[in-house]
Amino acid sequence: MNATPRRLVGGAPEAAYTIEFDGRAVPAEAGQSIAAALWGAGILAWRTTREGGAPRGAFCGIGSCYDCLVTVNGRPNQRACLVPARAGDTVTTQEGTGRAELAV
Amino acid sequence: MPNSPSDPSGSPAAPAVPADLAIVGAGPAGLAAAVTAADLGLRVTLLDAGDRPGGQYYRHPAPGLGAARPQALHHDWSAFAAREAGLRAHEAAGRITFLPGHHVWTVVPAPGAAPGAGEPAKAWRLHAVVGPEERAATVTAAAVLLATGAYERQLPFPGWTLPGVVGAGGAQAMLKAGLVLPGKRVVVAGSGPLLLAVAGSLAAAGARVPAVVEAASYLAYAGRVPTLLRNPAKLAEGALFGGGLLRHRVRLLTRQAVVAAHGTDRVEAVTVARLDRDWRPVPGTGRRIPCDALAVGHGLVPQLELATELGCATRTAADGTAALELDTEQRTSVPGIWSAGETGGIAGAQLALAEGELAAHSVAGRPAPAALHRRRARLRAFAEAMGAAHRPGPGWTGWLTEDTDVCRCEEVPAGRIREAVAELGARDARTVKLLTRAGMGWCQGRMCGQAVAALAGTAPGADRRPLSCPVPLRNLAELPPDGC
Ligand code: FES
Repeated sequence: MNATPRRLVGGAPEAAYTIEFDGRAVPAEAGQSIAAALWGAGILAWRTTREGGAPRGAFCGIGSCYDCLVTVNGRPNQRACLVPARAGDTVTTQEGTGRAELAV
Repeated sequence: MPNSPSDPSGSPAAPAVPADLAIVGAGPAGLAAAVTAADLGLRVTLLDAGDRPGGQYYRHPAPGLGAARPQALHHDWSAFAAREAGLRAHEAAGRITFLPGHHVWTVVPAPGAAPGAGEPAKAWRLHAVVGPEERAATVTAAAVLLATGAYERQLPFPGWTLPGVVGAGGAQAMLKAGLVLPGKRVVVAGSGPLLLAVAGSLAAAGARVPAVVEAASYLAYAGRVPTLLRNPAKLAEGALFGGGLLRHRVRLLTRQAVVAAHGTDRVEAVTVARLDRDWRPVPGTGRRIPCDALAVGHGLVPQLELATELGCATRTAADGTAALELDTEQRTSVPGIWSAGETGGIAGAQLALAEGELAAHSVAGRPAPAALHRRRARLRAFAEAMGAAHRPGPGWTGWLTEDTDVCRCEEVPAGRIREAVAELGARDARTVKLLTRAGMGWCQGRMCGQAVAALAGTAPGADRRPLSCPVPLRNLAELPPDGC
């Protein structure tokens, strides 16, 4: 028997749909955060740091580290671990401060 | 509508009727306090940043996820279920107003009720930001209970910023709320009893856990046998975790630590080394364990911003963190402000439930049952023993290299912090922060504060952030001038 979180708690989501991450379709279940949907697809990094350009993703999982910042539907600096994944969301890797379009 | 949190325009407005008690945080302490206070006849407003009651401990999947057995991921779920039922009944009867999605960022004496010299405030005003759109809301109450809980203590090591390295509590939270795992083969490391719970739930949910790496020695409990024996429930809980780990063939390594994580885009392996008594890595003892995720944490840190802003006195707890100084009725040093749960020192959910009930009795001016006082004393003693056993030894800084980022947000390496201390004469975390920007980023030092203090050679101080979360400037601008 292969244990999974879903088998452990049983039941089924009210809805399942996809969100888009950097052009790739990622499945999400109603009630999951964006970070959870990405982890579910094996994606652990969705931003790069301002100084070193290093990859980062979720760390604290509860909204206090701000390491999971991401751009959702064009809005940068959203904490992926708090923001619910909604059907049709477009999520893009956030580079540096997430204000690349303002660079001169 | 009594006790309306804000007017329809979204700008702060004084509610028509102040609550008898406002509670910040709907985790075990706040929830137990709300239900007990309402049972005793008080009108309560309960605020929480999250969408559902339960806090981090009883964090559970959103209804949309349709989990049939959320209790499978929880210990003592019935304690939560009973309180949640109480909360809903009191809500229906209008005795409790529950405001989810409200992040309280400051508590101030209510306008007109500001204390004169040496006088307590007659009422308090709580300012919150609401939901993702960060609307402003205010709540007024005669008394305030801070049940803000804790966040995880992190000690940096080379590679800890790699994707796949996640907080132990973070892995637990993502599993409980989102039903996901960070990887298939997850090493669990750090210190404290939370690690056993995390390893147990990751394994039950299908992860392979090759090892739990505990920096302390469980022998440190040996001198505390009387305290342990007075807490049979805690011992049984430990045995339960131990049994679960055995079943999943998880190895428990003690007096060892993950001193490096390896990989380029994500973690691929960790190096585990033996530690001496002071937590210094013993040279030549390192060995690699392959993994695709690492869940790491060194216990919890009380979340005190709201309390310290109000001037509540703190003490240093046995685990080395700053905790609130509280009397036997859960009163802080500021009249009119109570606190319960992890803010008074990390001690777990059972104590938080008891303290919440004690605080509610005190606010209502009723004597609490003697059994509740005894329970609190017993569980507090256990927590202090446990905290002392897992307190980080000073030698942990021995696993940092000069280029290990200590501050994750501002990417400040250990070498720059050591330079600020050794060459520029910084003697405390605040000066280090000014010289290096460590702790000045988004998280405001929540992740690096304990480590920076250790490198500066001082005990970590209490949280002193001007605001408990980033607040839109327009909300600050809307504060009434006499409200601050
Ligand atoms: S993971 Fe820490 S804020 Fe989202």
